[in-house]
Order: sequence, then C-alpha cells, then structure tokens
Amino acid sequence: MSDWRFTVRQLIKNPLSLAGVIIIAIFIIIAIFAPLIAPTPAGHLNPYMIPRDGYVAQPQPPSEEHILGTTQGQYDIFYGVIWGTRSAFRVALVVMAITILIGILLGSLAGYFGGLLDEIIMRITDIFLAFPFLILAMAIVLALGPSLKSVIIALTAVWWPSYARLIRGDILQLREEDYVEAARGLGASSSRVILRHVLPNAIYPTLIMASLDIGAVVLSAAGLSFLGLGAPEGYADWGQMTEFARNWMVGPPSDPFKYWYAVITPGVFILFFVLGWNLLGDAFRDIFDPRLARR
Amino acid sequence: MQLRTYIIRRVLLLIPVLVGVSLFIFGITMSFSPTQRAMLYIQDAKQMDALDTIIRQYGLDRPFVIQYGTWLGQVLRGNLGYSKIVSKPVWNAIWYFLPATLELAIFACPLIILLGIFFGTKAAAHKDKPIDHATRVAAILGWSLPLFWLGLILIMVFYGFFRGLLPPDRLSLQMDLLVNSAAFTRYTHINTLDAILNLNGAVLLDALRHLVLPVVTLSVTHMAFIMRIMRSSMLESLGKGYILTARAKGLDERVVVGKHARRNALIPVLTVSGYLFAGLAGGMVITETIFNYTGIGWWAWMSAVNLDIPSVLGFALFSAVLFVLVNLVVDILYTRVDPRVRLGGGVQ
Repeated sequence: MSDWRFTVRQLIKNPLSLAGVIIIAIFIIIAIFAPLIAPTPAGHLNPYMIPRDGYVAQPQPPSEEHILGTTQGQYDIFYGVIWGTRSAFRVALVVMAITILIGILLGSLAGYFGGLLDEIIMRITDIFLAFPFLILAMAIVLALGPSLKSVIIALTAVWWPSYARLIRGDILQLREEDYVEAARGLGASSSRVILRHVLPNAIYPTLIMASLDIGAVVLSAAGLSFLGLGAPEGYADWGQMTEFARNWMVGPPSDPFKYWYAVITPGVFILFFVLGWNLLGDAFRDIFDPRLARR
Repeated sequence: MQLRTYIIRRVLLLIPVLVGVSLFIFGITMSFSPTQRAMLYIQDAKQMDALDTIIRQYGLDRPFVIQYGTWLGQVLRGNLGYSKIVSKPVWNAIWYFLPATLELAIFACPLIILLGIFFGTKAAAHKDKPIDHATRVAAILGWSLPLFWLGLILIMVFYGFFRGLLPPDRLSLQMDLLVNSAAFTRYTHINTLDAILNLNGAVLLDALRHLVLPVVTLSVTHMAFIMRIMRSSMLESLGKGYILTARAKGLDERVVVGKHARRNALIPVLTVSGYLFAGLAGGMVITETIFNYTGIGWWAWMSAVNLDIPSVLGFALFSAVLFVLVNLVVDILYTRVDPRVRLGGGVQ
C-alpha cells in the first residue's frame, strides 16, 4: 500500500519521529528478549513476578548482583523494568485492540444504520464520556477488585466511546460517497458495503488516533498501579515499582539522594516508553493532517 | 434561536445523561452484596450494627427498578453513603475536602492556561524557528511525563536536598494547629484566602510553600495540552485573510499576532477547557496523593485503597455531575465568545 510507504518515509525524514521509531524499536527488542536480558532464576514459577532477595524493606544500591539495585522489599529493579516492558506492551496493545474492535463495531452500526440504534449507542457514549476518565477507571477497577485485568477492562471502558464516535463520524461521511452508493446500487448487502467499502477507508484515521493514544493508555495504567489499584504486589509493573519508592523519596539528611535508584529508574522507563509513542503519534498527526502540513 | 431557549434546551438534554450516569453508578453498586450495599445508607458509625435492619428497611433484596428508585431518592436528598475513613457521610466528606482541591485549582488553572496560551502563541508566531522546536519538544516531554514520578522527584529535590524548603502536606504542623485554633477564623477553608482575611502573613507564606510543588506538578503535565492546541489554532488563525490585510496596512507584528490572530485563536482553547477539567480531576487524585495534600482527590485515593465503595462511587457521581455542568458552561460561554456560532445547530 503506497500509503504505508509514504508514512514510513515521512517518519524517517523527521528527527523527532525517527527518535520515536528508535525508542519503540528498542522497547520491542527488550520485550521480546526479556528472558535473555533478565533470566528468570531457576525454580521461580511466574516470570512476571519479580524475584526478591530477602524481605528487608530498605532499598539496596546497585551492586554486582543487582545491577540497578533493589527497591522496597528487595525486588530486583533491573528484572522488574525489563519484564515490566512486556506488561506495558500488553496493557497498551490489549486495551487498544479491544477499544478499536468495540469502536468499529458500535461506531459502524451507529453510523451506517442511523436512527434509533444510532441514538441509543450515542447516548451510551455520552454517559461514559460524562466522567473524568481516570475517576471512572478508578471506580471500575474498584468495583471489579484491583488487578491487572481490572485495569485493562477499566481503561477499555474509558476509551471506547471516543473511538465509537470517531468511527461513526467517518462512516457518516463515507456513507454518502459515490462509490458506496454504487456498491449499494449493485445490490451489495449492508455487511458487505460496511466491511468492503466503508471500513477500509475509516480504519486509517482510527489507527492514527490509536497511535496517539497508546502513550496516554500506558500513563493511565501506570497511574492506577501507582495508586495501588493495579497489578498484585511484586508484579513486574513500572507504575507499581514507582509506588514502592514513595517511602524512600527522601534519604537521611547526610545523603538526601540515597535512594535515587529506586525513585528514578522505573519512571525513566515509563517516560521513554510513553515518549516514544507520543513522538510517533505527533509525527503521524502532522503527516495526516495536510491542513497543517502545508503551512 | 434565543440564548435562553438554547440554555433551556441544553439543560433538558442533560437529564438523560444524568439519568444514565446514575444508572451506571447504581449498576456498579448492584454488583455488590446487600450487606455491602447497606453501607450506602449508613449515616453514622452507630448504624453499622443495624445492617440487617437497613437491608430490610431499604428493600435491598427487592427488584432492580424498585431499588434504583429508592437509591435515587436517597442520592437526591444528598445521601451518598458513609465514608469510613473520615467517619462522615460521603456528602459531608466531599464538601469538607473540596476547598483544599479548589485552592490547588485556583493556583494551577491560571498558570496552565496563561502559560499555555503564551508559549503556544510564541511557537506559532515563530513557526519552525528554534523556539517552536523547543516548545514542541517541551510539550511532548511534558505530555509524556508520569505525573506521579515528577512529583516524587520534586519532593526528593526540594524537600530532601533543600532540607524542607518546599514540604508536602497542606500546612506545617504548627500552622495547622494555629489555623484550627480560636485565634484564626476559617471563613472558606481555602488556607491562602483565609490567611489574607485574617491578615496572617505566616500562615499565608506556609500555605504557599506547601502549594508550590503540587501546582508545578499539575501545571507541567497539563500545560503541554493547552500549548499544542493554542499553537495549531494560532497557525490556522495566522493564515487568514484579515491577518494579511493587517500586515499589509503596516500594523506592528506584535499587534497582528497579539490582537488580531490571538483573539480568534483563543476559541478552540475554550472548547477544550472541558477536557482540561477532566484531566485535572484525575491529576488531582494522583497529585494530592503524592504530596499528602488532604483534598478531595486524596480522600478518593484513601477510600479506594481501603475498598470504601460508597465513597469512591459518591465521588465518581459528584465529579461526573460537575464535569457535565462544566461542559454546559463552556458551551454557553462559547456562544458568547464566538458570534459566528449559530444557536440552532443547523447550517445557515
């Protein structure tokens, strides 16, 4: 598809988006090779649970055994941030995939058929959009019981309405196009018209919006984890690892930055992960918003 | 259409949304057992012993519709349940914690909006110059910064390294005692305002010292949003014919940018201020939690980690109603600010 080749060329031309591509590529490599970079100790059952070295509360500085040190409760920081990459990708991609699916399904139903169905679906999105999103997510996580699965469900519940609306809007526009009229005139069924003629044209803006949103999804998931509403204790999750550092922000007066490694490291991973996606998303928006690109 | 008709129509349109929001919240409560739901009707600690009576009294084993009616009746009377953490009814807890959050918002919002507009204008006026690139990078960085992490680092530096220069909490212990003593009248519970009304410089200074870090944390992460909107809206505005006219007649560039272009470019910023509210509401929860700033967000977090369902749902309901009202006000303001907006919604 020439669209894609054009996109890739544009992405590499701009230094900011190139940086985004490189950052994401590095994270993909970290996620794939996590078992090689930070091998799970023998006898450790769930690789996503960070192995701990004792039960002392106080974080320990980087050493030969723990190259990035240990955080509160002697969880190995290096292991946690490496495997946390997988957790971040999983939350981001699962939330986005379900969001887009629901958005496409409800958005195309509402946009294509209109009428009462449209009215009902749109009023439901109104209800979800009436809540400040993090607060809605908090309430849903709490109702389902704090866990990573609840975080994924909650974030999906928060994000799908905007996608349903976006896709509905695109389809309302596309529905009036001549080629859609032609397909209908040739006797194509509704599902064929939607799947073959309307959706392929609506999917591209949706994917761009998704790339813009992934950073925000990861930030929200990390925020919920930080608030203690995410993964179980000890799970490889950047947000939770930042939360562990809350009791160790301030070292003794003689050495105020004593526990810097516990505070800084997990956050750096969140920052770069989100930054990578946002750089990419920002470039996408410029490429596909020709109104702005021309100037 | 008359403005009044428009407002009435908008308010009427809110009713289905609010009914939906209440049904949604009620649907969540229905996933809990009758005992857990009975907590919603408890007003004070004494009633905790009489849960069974409450279940029967409110018919918590009756069908959904009847229960929804009972629940809604209670909510409309301001009964949102009982907050275990502060031993107050949820409604009272909300009003108890609101001033602190309001105080944070009073300082953060102007900073976010004014600086966002300022940098957005600068970036657009110097498009593709160093300042545009710098603000662009800063915006993407700010947009990507985990709020909670920034907060931790700020505490590490300004409380740890600079020996308590900018501390967490709302007031230092000494000032807290003073504020709650008979010598100090708490008119509004907004500490800085009360300090001014009491002519107490020490309290004012202390309150401000405690506000700096939370305000900075909230502002840095949210300013990027306004800045980017302002930039693209300014670019759009600068491309208009009347700008060309203004430049052609030899107007000073500052007047062209600051007056002709900016006034029109401000409108999109107003329309997204609803989103800003939503973002800030969530940001407050995290910010107040990090800085142990006892506002409504801090209370919501405390309730959440203590699995205090009525408090969190009460807070969610409250913030949704507030958000809906904010959007209403924004829409009405919009029609006042931009005379091109036609109230009927149709093309004219």
